[in-house]
Amino acid sequence: MKPFDYARAGDVAEASRHTAKGATVIAGGTNLLDLMKLQVMTPSALVDITRTGLDGIEESNGGLRIGTLVTNSDLAVHPIVRKSYPVLSRALLSGATGQLRNKATTGGNLLQRTRCPYFYDTAAACNKREPGTGCAALEGRNRVCGILGTSPHCIATHPSDMAVAMMALGAQVEIEGLNGTRAVPLDDFYRLPGDTPHIETCLEEGDVITHVTLPAPPEGTQGYVKVRDRASYAFALVSVAAIVRFDGGRVVSGRLAFGGLAPRPWRTDAVDAVLEGKSPLDAAEAAADALLSEAEGHGDNDFKILLARRTLRRAMRELSESQA
Amino acid sequence: MSLDQSPDQTTELTMDKAQPRLLDAMSQGLLGTRLSRPEGALKVTGRAAYAAEHLPDNLATGVLVRATITKGKVSHIDSDGAKAMKGVLAVFNGDPLVRNPAQGQAGEAPAQVLPEVHYFGQPIALVVASTFEQARAAAQSMTVTYEEEDAEVEPATASTVDKPKKSQSDTGDLEGALRDAATAIDVTYATAPHTSAAMEPHASVAEWKDGRLTLHGSYQMLKHNLAELADALDMSEDNVRILAPYVGGGFGSKLGIAPEAVAAAHAARELKRPVRVVMGRDQVFQMTLRRSETTQRIRLGCDASGRMTALAHEDRVSNLPGEAFSEPVAQGTHFLYGGENRRFTHEVARIHRPGTGSVRAPGEAVGMIALECAMDELAEATGIDPIELRVMNMRETTPADGLPYSERGLERCLREGAARFGWDGRRPAAQRLDGDWWIGMGVASAVRTNQMEESVARVTLQSDGTALVETDMTDIGTGSYAILTQIAGEMLGLPAKKVRVRIGDSDLPKSSGSGGSFGAQSCGSAVFLACKGLREWIADKLDVSPADLTLRDGVATGGNVQMSLADFAGLPQTSEGHVKPGDTADDFAIAGYGAHFAEVGVHADTGEVRVRRMLGIFSIGRVLNRLTAESQCHGAMIWGIGSALTEELMHDPRDGRIVNHNLAEYHVPVHLDVPQLDAILLEDTRDDQANPIQAKGIGELGISGAAASIGNAVFNACGVRVRDFPMTPDKIIAGLPDRP
Amino acid sequence: MDVTLSINGTDHRLDLDPRVTVLDALRHHLGLTGTKKGCDHGQCGACTVLLNGRRVNSCLTLAVMHDGDEITTIESLGSPDALNPLQDAFVRNDGFQCGYCTPGQIMSATAMLQEAEDGWPSYISRSLETDPDLTDEEIAERMSGNLCRCSAYPRIRQAIAEVRDARGMAAE
Repeated sequence: MKPFDYARAGDVAEASRHTAKGATVIAGGTNLLDLMKLQVMTPSALVDITRTGLDGIEESNGGLRIGTLVTNSDLAVHPIVRKSYPVLSRALLSGATGQLRNKATTGGNLLQRTRCPYFYDTAAACNKREPGTGCAALEGRNRVCGILGTSPHCIATHPSDMAVAMMALGAQVEIEGLNGTRAVPLDDFYRLPGDTPHIETCLEEGDVITHVTLPAPPEGTQGYVKVRDRASYAFALVSVAAIVRFDGGRVVSGRLAFGGLAPRPWRTDAVDAVLEGKSPLDAAEAAADALLSEAEGHGDNDFKILLARRTLRRAMRELSESQA
Repeated sequence: MSLDQSPDQTTELTMDKAQPRLLDAMSQGLLGTRLSRPEGALKVTGRAAYAAEHLPDNLATGVLVRATITKGKVSHIDSDGAKAMKGVLAVFNGDPLVRNPAQGQAGEAPAQVLPEVHYFGQPIALVVASTFEQARAAAQSMTVTYEEEDAEVEPATASTVDKPKKSQSDTGDLEGALRDAATAIDVTYATAPHTSAAMEPHASVAEWKDGRLTLHGSYQMLKHNLAELADALDMSEDNVRILAPYVGGGFGSKLGIAPEAVAAAHAARELKRPVRVVMGRDQVFQMTLRRSETTQRIRLGCDASGRMTALAHEDRVSNLPGEAFSEPVAQGTHFLYGGENRRFTHEVARIHRPGTGSVRAPGEAVGMIALECAMDELAEATGIDPIELRVMNMRETTPADGLPYSERGLERCLREGAARFGWDGRRPAAQRLDGDWWIGMGVASAVRTNQMEESVARVTLQSDGTALVETDMTDIGTGSYAILTQIAGEMLGLPAKKVRVRIGDSDLPKSSGSGGSFGAQSCGSAVFLACKGLREWIADKLDVSPADLTLRDGVATGGNVQMSLADFAGLPQTSEGHVKPGDTADDFAIAGYGAHFAEVGVHADTGEVRVRRMLGIFSIGRVLNRLTAESQCHGAMIWGIGSALTEELMHDPRDGRIVNHNLAEYHVPVHLDVPQLDAILLEDTRDDQANPIQAKGIGELGISGAAASIGNAVFNACGVRVRDFPMTPDKIIAGLPDRP
Repeated sequence: MDVTLSINGTDHRLDLDPRVTVLDALRHHLGLTGTKKGCDHGQCGACTVLLNGRRVNSCLTLAVMHDGDEITTIESLGSPDALNPLQDAFVRNDGFQCGYCTPGQIMSATAMLQEAEDGWPSYISRSLETDPDLTDEEIAERMSGNLCRCSAYPRIRQAIAEVRDARGMAAE
């Protein structure tokens, strides 16, 4: 870990001034410190925002406004989240461990870096870590890597569970920057790697995430299914966040989002559009067809194409059964 | 008692023939009971101090630097740049640093090859600074240039493949027997490389005083470690002391002296101040010895009744060039089942992945996966119940050389285990769907070769009538403190509270150390002999024969006399026990046996596997402590779950580096992977040929076959036969049957 | 940097490199070595402490960020002569082998029992809204952040279940 300057911000404006000068925001630190210890990330300055008071959850416009410092635990167990946004509660609880969830924050979770092993090894080529060095994962051990939205420059996946659920819920990110505040739909928050995989979000210098807002609770049944290499405490091979309305054994409408498949939590209108009017299992097949038509494996991770289809089937089956 | 003082008496035994079951005649009733670990209170309160937790004044911290090429030479290390960083005291980058840990029982320094590099991740330098943070930053920022050479890293295509002569054998006419067999199978299994991943990273704190080195280390076998460390540092063993009273897990990874110890000792000598070196978790993955990946071809043939006529077990493993160890894959296969036409071949691919060595149950841990799954395939092909097929193919003497078995509880374990587990509820493959899960059962035999090693221990009957047990034995979680307390207490008629055990100090009498499941029986036999000597001394004092002496609750009874041990004249009395393996090891096939039963669920959509129930039943001769022995079984069975379902070191195909060098991506089982387990140790067994305490090892037997029972259960659940372990969902999903 | 950490009820004033984690502050600067370092990356749970009453990985947080926070470590539970109920249950049930992950398991279980009493669900809870039944499987899910390579898992959970029962918590 390289030496860094440490400053504690009393409010967001102060944090923003620090980030404008190149400081990296630290809150929970569970991913950032992990990466700093390996010198995968080497910020010269940290600004600590844990005392800015952004740790509240409030009802707002029929939905929920979540402070960036709200821990994953507090969000997962909040009564309104458990009752009205269970997909989010389940996704959060499926991620990491009790200890990590007590420290990891809402804003930080959105900004988690990939688990691609070559990103994590400073002696490997990685365009995300060190632009221009190449992508060792393309021809390497890429079991955890993506099959959708990747580029010849990067096939890393986004590791968050929370963000997948939030994507299905249509969350927005509130950002305070040098030019005031703005709200960005989560759909627009993440960027695909293209030829700049080191740029993962729309955040700019001076920006600080202050809140995440959820719209009013959606109609329908919600669920989060996560498939991984051990029973608990592992990143998703594939995950599905699903919010589906059924009527008489048929799907009326649905919103689906996927983890483990792409450089960002993955959701498209085209996938949601094919669900309507079908039986749950037919809807799952149709959605899988739409989702995977352009999926591309890279060797070790070829299986994710079939696994995504089956996880979708499982999610649709479980949702329809729990609703019945 | 000082080092050079000789004991008042010594009792020696070479195990040339079966010994009387003296322990069964004792009356304290302590041995075999569920005694809680005497050191437990220290461990649960955080007071037991592990290696890195010794904090001498003026302690400096060293951090190792790894190679980032696979093969070649370090041409330059920018030590000056590192030394210019704040707090950095020194950089060491040549002799005596070692390439990798010593192999178990090597007794000499491991390869010292710098500036050469032989694998990606090899230690090439140590940076020492005033604080950990400073040393880590300097080590990570080190600029190193290399002359790089091509290197082979794939076992399957290696151009150099050794075939150790002693590991090849061909008996009868294998091909002919297979051709004539009523049923024959020919299957190839693969198992992934594993790592020990003990929770305590390798750690050493080195201090020099008057030319003598004291190393607080995390090691399993101090007498060998002493020799290895002294050799690496080019000094006399007499001037080295290793202390390891608590070891945070070993599983083979701490058998031999490792790079951090040599580096810490060298740096402390040069800097004239204490130095601590702890491997980072990534370094533990990269710089210690792993279990080799294996490919294993098994061919089995039997007649119409199921009696096997042909058996071949042919394997390929790998290691670095020059390393003597190779995973003894077929070790258990040699004597488990019959089949008069037999072939064994063993190939060692010489490649430049990180070195391989002993990881819990080297040989059987992976060899039994292939053999016992293949047996299941043979059972399936013949339609014979898997248990009956196994029992039918046990022979009266060992198939290879006709040796008698010493004690073999295999059939009993299979049958008793089947009854307890409800084996009769098993159905044909892919017929039980419970909700979204296919359910199935599997069985496998457990076998692990057993050996005793030379050991010395000293027991002193103190003036207050208590006993002090001293040996350089270690407790790596196995329960040494408990079982040595119990053996001494049983023999001397003392409750546990009146026995104190001092271990983990290389200045104490030299034991086997912990490894190969021989620690408890070897060191325990030495303690037994030392106590036997004390019993003779007490009997002599009472003028009775030892057979007429009763020792119980601190009181000696013999003839008409009853006397408290504290009242004997001549205390303290010191007795040494010394045991050596002998003829019984050559005259008998000595092994532990057992059986594993698993019930799994396989998700009908995604192919995820969950172990729902698991039962292990074992026959290991005398059980020294039922509580800690069962815990060993649990641990071993869970290692079986790991190797069956989750554990795989992933090597980059281009440079051999371990890419998943952390505990987030190398998946050791977590709590939720493990249900409550049923571990049963047969009550009334004794192995008279094994050693004078009639006990055999358990820590490794419990793995051997465990993963196979899960593989067989997966097949029974969903009809998918996975021959590539671990059985992650990707290897199952495509073959899943449609739901009924 | 100056920082004051309140550890087990006592304030400790330290001058620390900002890079020092809470774990290394405990182990290297205060001699409180009961909290273990198993991976230093939040992947094993051996370093679990309570931070303002909640379990966290002390390896993944900087000491300078915790000025004035309350840190509780294994040293503050029982002593070898007077074990607390959880420690005592671990010893009697043989809920450990090498002992290295044990302080972390015990600190984690301490907080986990409180979380369950507070009604927190887990990923595997059938209902997110009703109070959880702390079954063996629920304990397993909630303790999965604490690795044990000796694999004492079954008996770790038996020890925890004993304390659960003693506290009258639901287990189905």
